Amino acid sequence: MQPLCITAFTATCAAGSGRAELLRALDTGVTGLRPNDFGREPLATFVGRVAGIEAAPLPSELSIYECRNNRLAWLGLAHDGFFDAVAAARARHGADRIALVLGTSTSSIGATEEAYTRLTPSGEFPEDLRYQAVHTPHSTGEFLQRALRLNNVAVTVATACSSSAKAFAQASRLLDLGIADAVVVGGVDSLCGSVLFGFNSLALVSPEPCRPFDAARSGISIGEAAAFALLERQDSGNRRAPRLLGYGESSDAHHMSTPHPSGRGARLAMSEALARGGVDAGDIDYINLHGTASLKNDEIEAQAIAEMFGARTHASSTKGWTGHTLGAAGALEAIITLLSLESGLMPGNLNSRQLDGACGPQVRLDNARGSVRHAMSNSFGFGGSNCVLLFAAAGTA
Amino acid sequence: MTGLLAKPARLYVNGAALWAPRLPGWQRARAILAGEEPAPLEPAPRPAPELLPPTERRRAPDTVTVALEAALSACKFAQLDPASLPCVFSSMHGDLAITDYMCATMASTPALVSPTRFHNSVHNAAAGYWTIAAGCTRPYTALSAGDHSFGAGLLEACVQAMAGRENILLVAYDIDARGPLAPVARSKHLLACALIVAPQRGATAIAHFDLDLVARPGLEPSQARPANAELVAGNSTESCLPFMEALALGGRHALLCLATPTLGLDIRLESV
Repeated sequence: MQPLCITAFTATCAAGSGRAELLRALDTGVTGLRPNDFGREPLATFVGRVAGIEAAPLPSELSIYECRNNRLAWLGLAHDGFFDAVAAARARHGADRIALVLGTSTSSIGATEEAYTRLTPSGEFPEDLRYQAVHTPHSTGEFLQRALRLNNVAVTVATACSSSAKAFAQASRLLDLGIADAVVVGGVDSLCGSVLFGFNSLALVSPEPCRPFDAARSGISIGEAAAFALLERQDSGNRRAPRLLGYGESSDAHHMSTPHPSGRGARLAMSEALARGGVDAGDIDYINLHGTASLKNDEIEAQAIAEMFGARTHASSTKGWTGHTLGAAGALEAIITLLSLESGLMPGNLNSRQLDGACGPQVRLDNARGSVRHAMSNSFGFGGSNCVLLFAAAGTA
Repeated sequence: MTGLLAKPARLYVNGAALWAPRLPGWQRARAILAGEEPAPLEPAPRPAPELLPPTERRRAPDTVTVALEAALSACKFAQLDPASLPCVFSSMHGDLAITDYMCATMASTPALVSPTRFHNSVHNAAAGYWTIAAGCTRPYTALSAGDHSFGAGLLEACVQAMAGRENILLVAYDIDARGPLAPVARSKHLLACALIVAPQRGATAIAHFDLDLVARPGLEPSQARPANAELVAGNSTESCLPFMEALALGGRHALLCLATPTLGLDIRLESV
């Protein structure tokens, strides 16, 4: 594939709103996780909750999209000049030439959950929640298309925890084939009962802040995030922007909620991303791992990394800062990877104290600094859906 | 109409399948949609795709059974190994019965939610079960684009076919809404269609089409014949019917199929 320019990017999550706050939290090792206070009967766990969503209504002309997920999307657009960068791209290319590909896992399901708690005596949704616009997975995609006034492709990718990583791959094909001249790629997922209690039913939720790759890890911490990137071809994009060099996608073909025991799908996706980007494993400086802190994922991912990469590659999961933001994780961690390329900061595994024996020298406890030229981000989801993204620093490729 | 593509793309339909209670399988559906035989008065019971182990055939969610039935039929039509095909699954709502269960449980006894129902609640459940049953390690995606999910899925399948120069399996499906969500989500019956599209003509090809894209407000999508439209009316994937009807009728057809309210697939289809 042709390398693509990441003209603009931003992220909002529990560890920070906007790039500067997020980078500072990563650098100083301050977690965004806090004791769970979400919902009527909060589960005893820690969550990565974004502050201020409740006090930030949508603009009145978009009020039929009112729900936590769309509010979080709207908050996210406001940072790092992203909304203005899309407006500038619209002026440059025209609304007909800009696509939107959004990744989410549960989208606006929180609004549907709420409707079920406030049914009328005859068993109907309450008046204020009868809009179909918030009771369907494409809610946030449709909201963003309208908010950003785009007329090209507008679609939601919902492949669980790989959703918004796959959005980059889909965007890349639209640009390669000339269907769009710019693509807004996003990942937005917000806290809701279904995921907190659902992951809990699978015994995957930790009672403490998650400890990725720790020998004594006890499961995931769930978070929420909105992360966006604006992708363009090199002929029209900013030459000083970082690049998307490649992507790799695969399926485990194994189990709905457990990864393949030898990490077959994960390895396939990593190899394909390297091959598509024309980069050797030895040239990878940093890998943002999927690293959910579940027993199986971390063990299998660590083994694959140990076999595929040399000791100089620095690898870590940043979920100790942000929690697992599910469908938004691919985009959020792509943004963290871009911050690493820009700043030279390679995060460690926050909250973790003693690494699992499966980890090779790549997986690090502590932050480090160095020259980061090539970096990858891993995302693996339920249903065995895997996606790996490969990025390069500005001026590299 | 001026298109968005520098030049229309030529694609082949190397396989097709359709399943709805009154269009049970492509062979009969083709004849019914072409007006050669009447639609059955009695709706068919939900399919039991042979790819699933017998125990799972009974337990699997409706979305999984109907999507896998169509997917396997399309692969058989095209004489292609299901394990060899990247796939695009598209559904406006995903499994509405499980959404109803999850939301009702969250409102009553959230701590008692079923782990199996939870992992089946993901939008990519049908795609996940398909790749597991087929032993397919090729990539899949699972999309939603509101009322235009079929068109968005068809476009992505065409994009992947062009990008990878290979056969891509598209599966588009929706089921009926249940419980308090039903009046709001409004989807009815079971419906799944599957297509295998590629830039190369396969031995089993039934049609080719030239694809361009048009972007503007106020696009009016093509409609199926009223008697055909009525057979799947109310299902959230009913927008697949004009395309499937054109395949069934044979000959030449100009179709506009929406991928968003302001983006249309301008399709010139011809049977081969």
